[in-house]
Amino acid sequence: MMQDYVVFVGINIVLAWSVYVILLAGSLSFANGGFMAIGAYVSGVLTVKFGVPLVLAALAAGVAAGAIGVLVGFPALRTRGIYLMLVTVGVTVSVKAVIESIDYVGGIQGFGGMVGTTQWHVVALVAMVGCGLWALSKSPLQRILDAVREDELSAASLGINPVHVKLVCFGAGAFLAAVAGSFYAHYLIHVAPDQFGIVLSVFIVLYAVLGGTNNLWGPPIGAAIMTLIPEFVRGLESWRPTAFGIIILGLLLIRPDGLLAFRSITARARGIFVTKRA
Amino acid sequence: MDMAAQPILAVDGLRKSFRGLTALESVSLEVRRGEILGLMGPNGAGKSVFINVITGLYPSDGGAIRYCGRDVTALPSYVLARLGIARTYQNIRLLRRMTVLENVLVAIKDHASQPFRSLFVRNRSGGVAAAMALLEQFHLADKADRLAGTLAYGEARRLEIARALAGKPSLLFLDEPAAGMNERETEELAATIRTSHRLVEAIVIVEHDVAMMRGLSDRLVVMDSGRKIAEGNPADVLTQPNVVEAYLGTDGADD
Ligand SMILES: Nc1ncnc2c1ncn2[C@@H]1O[C@H](COP(=O)(O)OP(=O)(O)O)[C@@H](O)[C@H]1O
Ligand SMILES: [Mg+2]
Repeated sequence: MMQDYVVFVGINIVLAWSVYVILLAGSLSFANGGFMAIGAYVSGVLTVKFGVPLVLAALAAGVAAGAIGVLVGFPALRTRGIYLMLVTVGVTVSVKAVIESIDYVGGIQGFGGMVGTTQWHVVALVAMVGCGLWALSKSPLQRILDAVREDELSAASLGINPVHVKLVCFGAGAFLAAVAGSFYAHYLIHVAPDQFGIVLSVFIVLYAVLGGTNNLWGPPIGAAIMTLIPEFVRGLESWRPTAFGIIILGLLLIRPDGLLAFRSITARARGIFVTKRA
Repeated sequence: MDMAAQPILAVDGLRKSFRGLTALESVSLEVRRGEILGLMGPNGAGKSVFINVITGLYPSDGGAIRYCGRDVTALPSYVLARLGIARTYQNIRLLRRMTVLENVLVAIKDHASQPFRSLFVRNRSGGVAAAMALLEQFHLADKADRLAGTLAYGEARRLEIARALAGKPSLLFLDEPAAGMNERETEELAATIRTSHRLVEAIVIVEHDVAMMRGLSDRLVVMDSGRKIAEGNPADVLTQPNVVEAYLGTDGADD
């Protein structure tokens, strides 16, 4: 069904961007599957049990996940590299465990009754997030993020607070993942904790990384291709996971920086330069 | 005490050691408003560690740092930068994968201290004019679009100073800015530093080139083995026996 493709590709694009936003400040997050789960459940409870309108519930869920992201991120972002990554893995694992233990939302059985997501919700969401990220890429903030990603110490001696920058990006990524999770749940009608395991988080990271993370168009391309490839290789049935794996490996070999890793920094700066001259 | 008489930086009994190795042993000194203070001493004397502790890169093990009369001893480096203490590194530390212009733009004060504000408040120029003016002054304007990592050594040193000035600092630390430069480049650099001096209240410069230091510094402090061993006007200090000995000593047999 066309509608299915639009919704799933769109939601995966927003998820890929949620990882991209965090990567902008140089941290890799495997927590976004967990934030997505928070979004799905918080918004689900709000709409099903309290009759809150979907869009409002999705925003509230996003804010809740963003707040949790900031709380978790504050101690975690002071650590670096592998430790931060492990903490984000821990977030996804714990969110799933916590949801499983709450009977109010159905425990392992999952939680149902969420309806209302249309493809237009998803299209609008993708458009809004895309515009936001495009504005960011044209603002001085992009350079601050580039600096933090390249050398935190150097950035700090220029007056940039790297922890603050990374924390805000982490919270924004959590927000986006949760909003995507909200619309996802209200399309599927029923969700269960199993859907939000660590594999999902890994996949979301793959969407972004495969597409390329040095400009904002890479993650949506990666998300779209990775969402649709399994459909195209469906005929092969038992070979599907293998074919899928081979395609991913092939992509990584051919374009190790991602499919869309073309943004030359020099060209970007020339843009600024020319604007000034004009 | 009136404002003009108050030193911009007052360091009292600063100590720092690394696992038993004492890099700073109770160093006290003042940086006065309007001056260029030269900091000399043989390799390993503790000059870079001194700058690193003052600018918040390393925590100190004791002592007090007052900047503009305010205790700034335990503040992190980004706060010190926002308060107006800028620096360059002995091992050049540019954002190599960003362009020359971007390196300066990143340091523009309003952006660095309020990074997320720029998303909502439209400031079309984004500081480009100010950044280009700085690059002009440091003879780097024609290289604005080059990646910083591709600059020649002398150019990279100049860019680091330009970038440090982009944050409109009051106090500027330069750690061996002429290292690896030839004589002509060094002379040009000295001229640029004099120009930069008009933009800041005080400069502390670490350098080995005696001629350059004699020409640039209003006062000279000499360090050896983590201690201040001399202080005063350059001509006097450079002829002091213990200073001469400290320099000769590093080539000689004893430590
Ligand atoms: N990060 C560090 N860890 C351990 N020892 C250090 C560190 N930085 C400097 N030192 C030591 O402190 C002493 C002073 O070094 P430094 O300040 O770099 O000397 P210089 O006066 O040449 O700039 C040296 O013995 C050096 O080996
Ligand atoms: Mg040194």
